[in-house]
Formats: sequence, structure tokens, C-alpha cells
Amino acid sequence: MTDKLISIEAIAKRYPAPGGGETTVFENLWLAIARGEFVCMIGHSGCGKTTVLNILAGLDTPSEGVVIVDNQAIEGPALDRAVIFQSHALLPWRTVLGNVAYAVGAKHKKWSKTKIKEHAEKFIALVGLKGAEYKRPSELSGGMKQRVGIARALSLEPKMLLMDEPFSALDALTRGTLQDEVRRICLSTGQTVFMITHDVDEAIYLADKIVLMTNGPEAQIAEIVENPLPKERERNQIHKHADYYAVRNHLIDFLVSRSRTFKEEMAGKSWDPMNVPLVRPVASPPSAPEPLRKRA
Amino acid sequence: MSISFRAGVVSVLILAIFLVAWHIATSGTGAVQQMDPEYAKLMGLNATQGKSAMPGPLQVGATLWQHLTNPFYDNGPNDKGLGIQLAYSIARVGAGYLLAVLVAIPLGFLIGMSQLMSRALDPFIQVLKPISPLAWMPLALYTIKDSSLSAIFVIFICSVWPMLINTAFGVATVRKEWLNVARTLEVGSLKRAFTVILPAAAPTILTGMRISIGIAWLVIVAAEMLVGGTGIGYFVWNEWNNLSITNVINAILVIGIVGMVLDQILARAAKLVTYPE
Ligand SMILES: Nc1ncnc2c1ncn2[C@@H]1O[C@H](COP(=O)(O)OP(=O)(O)O)[C@@H](O)[C@H]1O
Ligand SMILES: [Mg+2]
Repeated sequence: MTDKLISIEAIAKRYPAPGGGETTVFENLWLAIARGEFVCMIGHSGCGKTTVLNILAGLDTPSEGVVIVDNQAIEGPALDRAVIFQSHALLPWRTVLGNVAYAVGAKHKKWSKTKIKEHAEKFIALVGLKGAEYKRPSELSGGMKQRVGIARALSLEPKMLLMDEPFSALDALTRGTLQDEVRRICLSTGQTVFMITHDVDEAIYLADKIVLMTNGPEAQIAEIVENPLPKERERNQIHKHADYYAVRNHLIDFLVSRSRTFKEEMAGKSWDPMNVPLVRPVASPPSAPEPLRKRA
Repeated sequence: MSISFRAGVVSVLILAIFLVAWHIATSGTGAVQQMDPEYAKLMGLNATQGKSAMPGPLQVGATLWQHLTNPFYDNGPNDKGLGIQLAYSIARVGAGYLLAVLVAIPLGFLIGMSQLMSRALDPFIQVLKPISPLAWMPLALYTIKDSSLSAIFVIFICSVWPMLINTAFGVATVRKEWLNVARTLEVGSLKRAFTVILPAAAPTILTGMRISIGIAWLVIVAAEMLVGGTGIGYFVWNEWNNLSITNVINAILVIGIVGMVLDQILARAAKLVTYPE
């Protein structure tokens, strides 16, 4: 058995519909996340990804069901689940150091000012912002702001890192660098991560498992894709991996058509929301060996 | 040349033109009016000798100089220095305003944070806000039985509304993501109020405080005219009764300058708490 850190059990989210009655964003949603796993969730806008993340964070409550963290049902937000917000959500009247130290001080209430500062500085350096400690968020670029958000979350040394499309507002170059750094840091510390993205390449580069969510309303977790790429991967090299296109095509195929038609696809078949299929897309072996392509 | 320098030159020019026009308009001698000798006695030399009743800028300047060089003399209830009168007014405004701050900001927090209290208190605020502060005066005099305290109460009641409404608005519109940051960090509600809500709402609160100090300074003159005794408002009224237009003009000038200074103090304070996003 894997070491289950998070267990989402039969959660549902419903909102009162404008014309009376209720709209169900999703229901009977089950998902387990093992310790040290990097899980990405992809799905179309409005299917309820943010809602799932907010429920995990404790910022939102499910209409039904529970979320269990380390064998305890969660009740509201907690310091062991740090959130990196899409809009970075830095406090603009505080400096970079002030923002990170605010989090550190909230976690370690008994620490001295110097100890809090040292700890905060360590994480500011970790995200490559050494020298910008005394800048205000308004003086930083979008990428730097998001780095501060990451430093703030990491400085809590949380059990679980929750990220809601953390890089979607950034330009491609900055996004790439930040993905590299998040990957490096999370890998080295064995951080458990739940991240929402709509970028297929981002998911393939970062995730161990990719959760596919169908379109809302009444969205479902269709399946969980196990990333066939080795844990050691490099951004510039992954497309050369034999299985890269298999997993990429599988994800794109899901987003383009299956996310919409999944209910029809499952009609008549047995499909258990408690135990959705775990698939591992790999390159199909060549039908006939090609003799000319012998490798040295 | 910088725009501010050129603007300064134009300002000085406008002032000069105004002063010269004022001087010319008041220095001429008009026809001596035929009037009842009793009335002529009342009106004094200005009317009887054909001199303009309106003092010229030189006359006003001369008395202003006297006031400025000796602002704190006290020759009994009807003859106090301009400085003393101003000090009374500023003290009343300060007391009423401070009281209003102490009430409006906590109450504004409550209204801003609680939908229930916001809805429950809204009708009272809507009815009380448009009442002219001077309308409270008789009631204040009757219940408090002290003219000076009544003036302070009037200042309190007129400056409480802008602060209350702005505080409530500022608190209610704090960005949800900042509150979520505090929530995920398990920051207690009191600490959250001081470390997230207060700094986030501070610019809006200060805007309310700035509006309030302006209104308070407007109202104190009228209030002191009503209650009498001391203060710059009483001074204006007293000098009008003395028919000293010179002193009235001096008082008007000083009221304007003090009002500007009060406004600037709050503007500076607002700048201190404003954060760029
Ligand atoms: N306060 C709300 N009232 C009604 N519907 C809501 C509310 N918040 C979110 N929703 C609905 O829930 C659905 C899921 O939203 P969200 O979790 O933000 O989706 P995603 O992050 O996948 O784009 C959306 O269709 C949205 O319209
Ligand atoms: Mg979303």
C-alpha cells in the first residue's frame, strides 16, 4: 500500500441555480494522493478544478463528502497545506521579506525576529530572489512576484503544496524557468504537490500523475494518467523520450474530445468513481522491426 | 521652465491683480449719503465721510500684521487674540474629531465585516447621515447643558459619517485573496484585522478621515457663531457686531489657511498608508 497523504472521499459541490434548484459542479469525487507525489489536474475552464483545490486548502467546503489529510478530516485552512495563488496574492504594503516573514511568523509563533528573518531569507534565496528582499511587490515583475508566492508557501515547509495555475499569467520564458525551479525544489525535498494547469506540456514535465477532469457541470474524474517518463527528466529532452508523444496525444485527445463525450463513452460500461482507471500511455511497439534502424 | 514654476508665476500674478483691483475699488470716495443722523452715528466715518465701508488690502494687511505679532492677548471675553480664538476652535474640532475616530473606525470594521450588522445598521445611517449637524445643536444644548461640549458633539456627529462609511466600505472590499492568505496561514481574527484588513483598508479610511476633517472645520465656524463665547466662529460674529469688516476678512483668511493645513496633514497621512499595487 502506498503512503496516502490526502484522500478526497465522495466530495460534491452544488450551488443554487439561478432559476431555482441546484447546479452540481461535481459529485462523488474520489482521489488519493500519496506522500511525495506530484499530481496535476487538467480539465477545461469551469469544470471545478479551482473548487477542488480550494476544498483541499480548506478555503471552501464541499457540499458533501470529506477530505482526509494524514488520517484526519480537514476543517478549514491549515498551515500544513500551503497555497500558491494564481494571482500571487502578495500583500502589497509589505516587502518581499515582509511577505515571506509574515508566513514564517504565522507558523512559528515562538521564533525570534532574527530567526524568522533568517528562515525567510533562506527561502527567498532558494527561489532566486536574493537581493530583492526589501523591494515591494509593485516593483517586481510578474515572474518575480510569483517567485515570492512560491517562497512564501515553501517557507512553511508544508505537507502539501497546492497550486492553482501558478504560471498561467507569465510569459513562456519565465514560465519555463519557474517550472524548472519548482521541479528542482519539490524533487529535492520530496514535496507532495497538487497543481492545476491547463498546459499539457507543463503537466507532462512536472507531474507523476495527471488527473483528467471532464467538462462541467457534473464533472467527473475520468481517469488518472501515470506519467511514463522517468522521474529524472529535462525540459529540453523530454520530447525525445519514446513515450512522450503517447502521453501527450492521450492528454490532448482527452481535452479535445473525450472530456466532452466521456459520459457517452462510459454508457453501458462499468465505471467506478471510487476507483477510476489508472492508465499509462506508452509508445506502441513497432508492428514490424525495421532492420535498417539498427543502433550502435 | 517647469510647469510648477510657471503655475507659481501665474498664481502670484492673479493675486497681484486681485489686490490692486481691491485697492482701487476701496480707495475711492463715493458721494456722501443723506441719512438719518442716528443711523449715520451708527455707521461711523465710513458712511458719513464717503469713504468706502470696505477696507482695502493695506488696511487688512496692517491688522493682520497686528494679529500675527500679538496672537495670544486676552482682554476679556469680547477681545481675545486671533491665536486664542483659533486654539479654541482647533481644540473643539480635535476633540469632536478624535471622538468620531474612536467610534467610526471600530464600528466601520464591524459593519464592513458583518453582513448582518451592515444590513441592520444601514437604515439608521441612511436617516442620520443627511441631518445637518447644526440641527442637533438645540438638542445637544438641552441635554448636555454646556455650550462648548455641545459644539464638540456637533463636530463629532458631522465627522463620524464619512469615516464610518469609508471604513465600512474599505473593510468590506478588502481583496478576498489577501484574506485567503491570512486564512491559509491560520492567522487569528484579531491579528488578521490588524495585519491584513487595516493596512488594506487604510487608504479608504484615510480618505474618509480627510473628508471628515474638512466638514468639521466648515461646521465649527457655524457652531461657534451659534453657541458664542469663544472660537474663531464667535470671533467672526463678534467682529461683525463691532462692524469691523477688517477683522472679519482677517478671520476668513485665517479660517481658510487653517482648513488647508488640516487637509494637508490628512493628505500626508493618506500618502503614508497608500500602497501601490
Ligand atoms: N459562488 C458561486 N456560485 C455559483 N456557481 C459558482 C460559484 N463559484 C463557482 N461556481 C461555478 O462552479 C464551477 C467551477 O468553477 P471553478 O472551480 O472555478 O472552475 P475551474 O477552476 O475548473 O475553471 C463553474 O462553472 C462556476 O460557474
Ligand atoms: Mg480555476
